[in-house]
Amino acid sequence: MAQFTTLTSRMMPMPVDNIDTDQIIPARFLKTISKEGLDKQLFNDWRYDASGNPKPDFILNAPEWQGVRILLAGDNFGCGSSREHAPWALTQWGFRAILSTSFADIFKSNALKNGLVPVVVSREVHAKLFELVAADAQAAVTIDLASQTLTLPGGAKVEFPVDAFSKHCLLEGVDELGYILQQAPAIEAYEARKDVHLNTLQPS
Amino acid sequence: MSTPRTIIEKLWDSHVVAEREGAPSLIYIDLHLVHEVTSPQAFAGLRARGLKVRRPRNTFATTDHSTPTTPRSLPIVDPIAKAQVERLESNCEEFGIPYFGFQSPHQGIVHVIGPENGLTQPGMTVVCGDSHTATHGAFGALAFGIGTSEVEMVLATQCLLQRKSKTYEVRVDGALKPGVTAKDIILALIARIGVGGGTGCVFEYRGTAISALSMEERMTVCNMSIEGGARAGLIAPDDKTYQFLAGKPFVPKDAAWDAAVERWKKLPTDPGAAYDRTISMDANELEPMITFGTNPGMGIPVSGVVPDPSSLSDPLERDSLAKALRYMDLTPGKPLAGQPVNVVFVGSCTNSRMSDLRAAAGVLKGRKVNPKVRMMVVPGSMEIKRQAEAEGLDKVFREAGADWREAGCSMCIAMNGDQLQPGEYSVSTSNRNFEGRQGKGGRTFLASPLTAAASAIAGVVTDARKL
Repeated sequence: MAQFTTLTSRMMPMPVDNIDTDQIIPARFLKTISKEGLDKQLFNDWRYDASGNPKPDFILNAPEWQGVRILLAGDNFGCGSSREHAPWALTQWGFRAILSTSFADIFKSNALKNGLVPVVVSREVHAKLFELVAADAQAAVTIDLASQTLTLPGGAKVEFPVDAFSKHCLLEGVDELGYILQQAPAIEAYEARKDVHLNTLQPS
Repeated sequence: MSTPRTIIEKLWDSHVVAEREGAPSLIYIDLHLVHEVTSPQAFAGLRARGLKVRRPRNTFATTDHSTPTTPRSLPIVDPIAKAQVERLESNCEEFGIPYFGFQSPHQGIVHVIGPENGLTQPGMTVVCGDSHTATHGAFGALAFGIGTSEVEMVLATQCLLQRKSKTYEVRVDGALKPGVTAKDIILALIARIGVGGGTGCVFEYRGTAISALSMEERMTVCNMSIEGGARAGLIAPDDKTYQFLAGKPFVPKDAAWDAAVERWKKLPTDPGAAYDRTISMDANELEPMITFGTNPGMGIPVSGVVPDPSSLSDPLERDSLAKALRYMDLTPGKPLAGQPVNVVFVGSCTNSRMSDLRAAAGVLKGRKVNPKVRMMVVPGSMEIKRQAEAEGLDKVFREAGADWREAGCSMCIAMNGDQLQPGEYSVSTSNRNFEGRQGKGGRTFLASPLTAAASAIAGVVTDARKL
C-alpha cells in the first residue's frame, strides 16, 4: 500500500451531501477484471455529457483544478455500494485525502486500504473550509498524519481522528493481509477450538 | 451471573480469533459469498502472492451482477461481461471453490441463493463483496459487505480485521395495515434516520411487527440496512427461521440439525441487554412508502407530496435536495401519485422472492400493464423461476404484458443490459435510487412490489389500495 505521511494541497470543493459510490464510479464500469484505468471514469456521469465530452462546468474538468490532491466533499461521503473501484478511481486520478463531516463505513474501510485518507472535520471547520475555498481557490491545507493535525490556511490547526492501526499502516505503507497472515497460529488455534462451531458447508 | 448480551455481541464474541493492543480484532468468517464483479482483482492478488484459498468449503460463488437476464440459450453479448463471468468460473475451478455458474439450474442473486440453499445459517458471520450482504442477517447471522481487498483477505485467511460496531435496536411494534409491506417498514425507517443514520452501527430489528414477518419479508428489511448507513442488520432466529431452513441442501441433517437448533436458540438477545442506540416505530402508523429523490432516505408515503428544499435551514442539505429534485425533474409540493412512469421493475435482492412475485401477480391478475409502460419481472434465482412457473405466475405476468426474465441483478444495477434510458422514470422494487443507478439519466422511485405492480397498470405512481 502507498505510504502517507504529510500532504499539502489545495482542496477541490464538491459541496454535495451523500455522494454515493455509484456517482464516484458508475456500475457499468465495474465489468473490468483489472484495477487499472479507472481514473477516466471517476465521477463519469457528472463529468461527461451524453456524447462523452468533458463538461466544462464540472470541477474535475477545469484546468485550474488539475493536480489537486484533496477533495472537500459533503456529509456521508461514499455511501451505497461496497465497490472498492471507488477509492481505486479516486487515487488513480490523484486524490490522497478527502475532507468531510462523515464517511460511510465500507467506503472508509476501503479507502484506508488504498492509501486514501478520510479526514473527518467538525461542521464548523467543514463550513469554514468551503468558505475559504470560495474566497480563494489557492487556499491550501496540510494534513499531517503522525500528529493527526490539519493545518488550515492561516496556520490554525485542528485535530482529526484516525484509529491507531490504520495510522500505523498508512505511515509505514503496511499491508493488512500481510499482518493477518502473520497470525496464522491464532487462526489455526481458533479452528481447533472445541467450543467453536465451524460451519463447514457440505451438501448433505 | 454474566452481563446480558445482545445477539450482536454474542455473534461478535464467538468469532473473535485474536485481539492485540493497538489493532482491530481478528474476526473469523464462516461463510464467504463471492460474485463476478468484486472478486477478480482479489483472485489476482492471491495469485501474485502465491496464496491459496484457506477454506474453499466455507466459500461459495455465483454470477449475478453483470449476468444478462435474457434466455440462457443465448450467449453473453457484451464481451467484457462475458469475460468477467468466465473469469469467476475459472477462478473457482482453479481455487477449488464451489459455485453455481451461468448455466447452473441453481444460479441466482448471491443474496437469494445463500438462504435458498441453507448456506446462510443462524450464528454465522457472513461476508460478500457486496453491500447488500446484510440480507443474510434475517437468519440471525452477522452479515456485512466488504471491499475487494477484504475479499482477498478472507479468501486467504478466512479472517478480517474489524472494529466492534455500535448496537442499534430498531423496534417495530404493532401490526401492519393491509397493503403495507416489509419494504415499507425499511423505507420508512431510512426516511426517518437518513442514509447515514446507522453509520458505525449494526441494527437489530425486533418487536411484534418484525416477529410477524415471514423469512422472505425479514430478508427485505435486513437487505436495506446499508441504505440506512448500517453495515449489517439482523433479526434473532425463531421457529420461522428453523422451519425455513429445515431440509435445505446445505444445512446439517438429523442429530446434527437438532444440535444446531439447540445452539441457535441461545442466540437471541438476553433480557435486559443494553443497546447503544434505540429507535421505535409503530407499524399501525405506517403507509406504503415511495422514494422521490436520489437516495433511499428521500422517501414519503405514496400519498405524500414532494418536499420543498426551501423548508430546510442547512444550506448544504437544501442544495442537495434541490439537486436531487432537478435530477428527478419533480416539483416541490406536488403529489407523487399520478406521476407518469415509463418502466416498472420487479426484482433485485430486495424483492425478487416468491412472496414478492405472488404479490405483484396478485395485483396484475386479470389486468393489463399500461401500454406506455415497459414492465420487467426478474426472479431472484433459477429455482424461484421454476417455482413461479409451476404456480403459473409467469403466465399472469406475460398475459398482463410484462416481460418474464431469467435470474440476476438485472435493472437494479444496470450493468447487464437491463437499464433505463435517459430521462425515463421507473418504479422499482430494488434498493437504490441514486442518479444513474438504473441507467445513465434514469430516474428511480423505490417501492414495494404492490406499489410497483399497481403503477404498471395505471401508468402513473399509484397506491395499490386505491387501484
